[in-house]
Amino acid sequence: MPIDINKIRSEFPILNQKIHGKDYVYLDNGATTQKPIQVIDAVSDFYKNTNSNIHRGVHHLSDLSTKAYEAVRSKVQNFINAEQEQEIIFTKGTTDSINLVAFSFGERYINTGDEIIISAMEHHSNLVPWQMLCERKGANLRVLPFNKNGELEMDKLPGLLNDKTKLLAVTHVSNSLGTINPVKEIIEQAHKANVPVLIDGAQSIQHSIIDVQDLDCDFYVFSGHKIYAETGIGVLYGKEKYLKEMPPYQGGGDMVDHVTLEKTTYLDAPFKFEAGTANYVGAVSLGVAIDYINDIGLKNIAEYEAELLQYATAELEKIEGLTIYGKAKHKTATISFLLDKIHHYDTGMILDKLGIAVRTGSHCTQPIMDFLDITGTVRASFAFYNTKNDVDRLVAGILKVKEMFA
Amino acid sequence: MTLKEIQEEIIEEFAVFDEWMDKYEFLIELGQSLPAIDVKFKNNEYLINGCQSKVWLNAELIDGKIQFTADSDAIITKGIVALLVRVLSNRTPEEIMNSELFFIENIGLTDNLSPTRSNGLVSMVKQMKLYGMAFNAKMNPSS
Repeated sequence: MPIDINKIRSEFPILNQKIHGKDYVYLDNGATTQKPIQVIDAVSDFYKNTNSNIHRGVHHLSDLSTKAYEAVRSKVQNFINAEQEQEIIFTKGTTDSINLVAFSFGERYINTGDEIIISAMEHHSNLVPWQMLCERKGANLRVLPFNKNGELEMDKLPGLLNDKTKLLAVTHVSNSLGTINPVKEIIEQAHKANVPVLIDGAQSIQHSIIDVQDLDCDFYVFSGHKIYAETGIGVLYGKEKYLKEMPPYQGGGDMVDHVTLEKTTYLDAPFKFEAGTANYVGAVSLGVAIDYINDIGLKNIAEYEAELLQYATAELEKIEGLTIYGKAKHKTATISFLLDKIHHYDTGMILDKLGIAVRTGSHCTQPIMDFLDITGTVRASFAFYNTKNDVDRLVAGILKVKEMFA
Repeated sequence: MTLKEIQEEIIEEFAVFDEWMDKYEFLIELGQSLPAIDVKFKNNEYLINGCQSKVWLNAELIDGKIQFTADSDAIITKGIVALLVRVLSNRTPEEIMNSELFFIENIGLTDNLSPTRSNGLVSMVKQMKLYGMAFNAKMNPSS
């Protein structure tokens, strides 16, 4: 079903403004997505009418607050088709979710000499926590490489899996190259070797239908702000059998069963992992964002974005001297590129002056840039509120950049 | 020319541009015309790392004045580097230490000198002043 682009664009107030005197073209959706008015209003309404701390008050609004928060847990459960509600843990975001697993899973399961596999195209947030864990435990990090097109070298995976492997953590979609990785196949292979798998869903949750039971992943993590909700709210999905075994990540209120000065017993998951006052307003915004996405339909979104990607790729490829980095067969609407010898920062600065927001630099994936032997790229990342007109503006902007630096 | 005068001169040069585009084209020109830094200084020891663009800076004290040479991998950054070198090079350590740079804001390029841009320029200015302090301490060991 085609999406109603005019209606959608009218629902994102930030898009309807001028930057440096030009109609705003926002192509930095990989970094964060903009918020529909429904999300913005819901947050404002919540503060006006409902706000109270959750899980502790006997009073009416505290009860409503708690119910609103827990309702989102069940909404997220349905959204990613988790088997049980208690497998959904609210965090601050993807990075926080990964750090939680790196600590708690690490405490329970990782010992000296063990191995953890990641890919060479991970965002720093799915790399550094594992490096820290390996350092702490004397474990070793093994890396699955990718090829020139930005596709994982799947034939190398069997050689990495062995009886010392305790976890495999891989991104579903590369934030800098747009590659959609064959995570189902990776999970299957890893499971055959009895290795659990964490999927970094920061760049996939907003572009495709996620079914954690069908994927059979053991952990799936994502951020609310990349799926049209507020910043500071994220999700960790984990299979109950692991969550049950893993010790708490942080200590504090809201996660305890019984506390004396000598000893504390903890609640079960998810509360065991949600110490302190949760970002319940963020959770509420996530619930509204999920409703919004569901109304439009992720399938429709994916189709629309695929068409946008095809159009943008074709148009950008027409520009002489432009190189696209990341030419995987399966991609989300993210295009990384460079212009001849023009520095990505120079390109980004001029595009900004033309009212076009892109990201430049290494995109928190320095190992990818090292592999490609570049210092960074210009990245245009699209969302379903972008249009072919945005692509045309980008192309015109790039031609202007070329002219200025000729 | 004093520090103040040279900054005023730059402000005047930029005053002829009404359009941001012309201003940036001039910056690009400046960047392209800045003599390349000696290769021996284009390594990590002289690197001021920004997340977005890199800046290399070298300072030498010759006859009581600091001579700066610098470079950047991005041309717009390099254009501003050229202006900073023009303003601060060939001056005494004391002058550099106490310098007040007002021309960047005046020609409307503060965007580029905001620490959040992470292009190495803010650190470059800091580093230039540090060189001023260091050479000043060397010249006046008792003070």
